[in-house]
Amino acid sequence: MSLSLFDPTIDLGAITVSQLNQAVREVIEGEFGPLWVHGEVTSFKAYSSGHWYFTLRDESSQVRCCMWRTYAQRHREAGQQPPAEGTRVFALATPGMWEEKGEFRLSVTKLMATQAMGDAALAFERVKRLLQAEGLFDVARKRPLPEFAGGIAVVTSPDGAALRDVISVTRARWPLARIVVVPTSVQGERAPAEIVRALALVDRLEGVDLCIVGRGGGAREDLAAFNDEAVCRALAAVRVPTISAVGHETDVSLCDLVADVRAATPSNAAELAVADRAEVLHRVDGMAARLAGGLTRRTRLAAERLERSADRMQGALDGLRERRRATLERLAAQLDALSPLKVLGRGYAMPTGADGRVLKRRADFPPDLVFNLRVSDGDVRARVE
Amino acid sequence: MPKRPSTAGTAAAEAAAEAPTLADELRRLEEIVRLLEADDMDLDAALALFEEGVRRLQRARHTLEAAELKVQTVLEEAGGSLRLVDLDA
Repeated sequence: MSLSLFDPTIDLGAITVSQLNQAVREVIEGEFGPLWVHGEVTSFKAYSSGHWYFTLRDESSQVRCCMWRTYAQRHREAGQQPPAEGTRVFALATPGMWEEKGEFRLSVTKLMATQAMGDAALAFERVKRLLQAEGLFDVARKRPLPEFAGGIAVVTSPDGAALRDVISVTRARWPLARIVVVPTSVQGERAPAEIVRALALVDRLEGVDLCIVGRGGGAREDLAAFNDEAVCRALAAVRVPTISAVGHETDVSLCDLVADVRAATPSNAAELAVADRAEVLHRVDGMAARLAGGLTRRTRLAAERLERSADRMQGALDGLRERRRATLERLAAQLDALSPLKVLGRGYAMPTGADGRVLKRRADFPPDLVFNLRVSDGDVRARVE
Repeated sequence: MPKRPSTAGTAAAEAAAEAPTLADELRRLEEIVRLLEADDMDLDAALALFEEGVRRLQRARHTLEAAELKVQTVLEEAGGSLRLVDLDA
C-alpha cells in the first residue's frame, strides 16, 4: 500500500509544528523541576530589557540559557557581577522549551560563580530536599512556645554577641526567666558536631521549657554549621520548643526551617521567647480594676434587688389596704340595707316599750299602755285606747 | 566568668516551676473576673471570689515585680553528669 503524504485525510494522524513543540515542552516541564547545573559560561549577552542570555557548556555539550530580568537584578543586588566569558558557574535552572524556535533551554534563577559557593549551595539544596521530604519543615510539626518561659536553654557561643543580646533582652522583658547557656562553637570544622552535642544536652536539663539556638551575623560560610544535616536533625529531636536565630534577617538557614519558630536575630529570639513583664503587669492591673468593678456592680445589683423587693412589699400592702376598704364598704352597704331605720324611711313606725323592747303582737298592747313610736325622724309617745 | 556552683535540679527547678504557677494564677484570675462580671451569683459567693481574686492578684504582682534574671551555664563533669554554674552576666 502506498502512502500519500499529501493526502488531506492524513491530517488526522499528523500534528503541526506548534503542537509538537508544545507537546515536547509539556513533557520537559513535567519531567524536570529546578536543578543545579554546573558548566562554563559563553556567549553571554545582557539585553536592554534586563534579561540575560548565555550558553552553558562542558567538554562535549552545551545548552542555551536565559535569566529573566527579575533574577538578573537579584544577582546584581547580591553584589555579584554578571558572569565573565569562560567562568565556571553553578546555575539553579529549570529545563524548558522555547516553542517559537523549537529550542531546548534552561531558565536560570540563580548563579553561583565560585566552586566553593557552588558546592555549598549544592549541599544546601541536597540537605534541604532530604529534610523536606522527611517532613522536618512541616508546619504541622511546629510546637507553640510556652506562654511564660521559665527555663531557657541557649545553645550558642559563650563569648558571642548573640548570647549578650539574648541575655539583655530577656533581662529587660522577663527577668522571671532563667537562662542556661549551653556553650558550643558556632563556626569552623568542629562546630556541627559540637552543636549536635549541645542540643542533645538540652534534653537533660531540668526545668528548661524552651531552647534558643543560633549565632550573630557573619559571612555566608560562617553560618554553614546551621545548614548541616546532623545539626538540623539534632534540632528537630529537641524535646522542648525551639527558636532558631542565625545571622541577620536576610540569612535563612536550614535550622530556621526546622525550628518551631524562626527569629530574625538573636535579640528577636529573646523577644519571641519571653513575655513582656510590663504588659503582663498591665494585664494584672486591668484584672484588678475589673475585679473591683465586678464586685461593685454585684453589690449595686443586690441593693437594687432589695429596693425592688421593698417596692413590691409596699405595693402588696397598698393592695391589701384597698381590698380591705372595699370589703368594709360593701359590708357597710349591706348593714345599711338591713337597718330598720331604712324601713322607717318608707313610712313604717316601730313601737317600743318602756324597756326599749320592740312591741310586735296584740298581746304587747294592753289598754292604756303608753309606748314609744319610732318614726323616721324621731320618737312619738302614744297610748293604747 | 563562672561563679558560685549550685546544684542543678532543686533550687533551679523550683525557680523554673514559678512561671507555670503564674500562668495558672492569671488563668484563674481571668475566670474569677468573668464570674464576677456575670449576673447570676449571690453576694456571698461574689465576696468570696473577690477575696480570692485579691489574694491571687497580690501574689501575681509580687512574682512579677520581685524577679531577677538568673543566668547559668552548664558544665559536663568527667562522669557525664551535668553541673550548673551561675554566670555574672
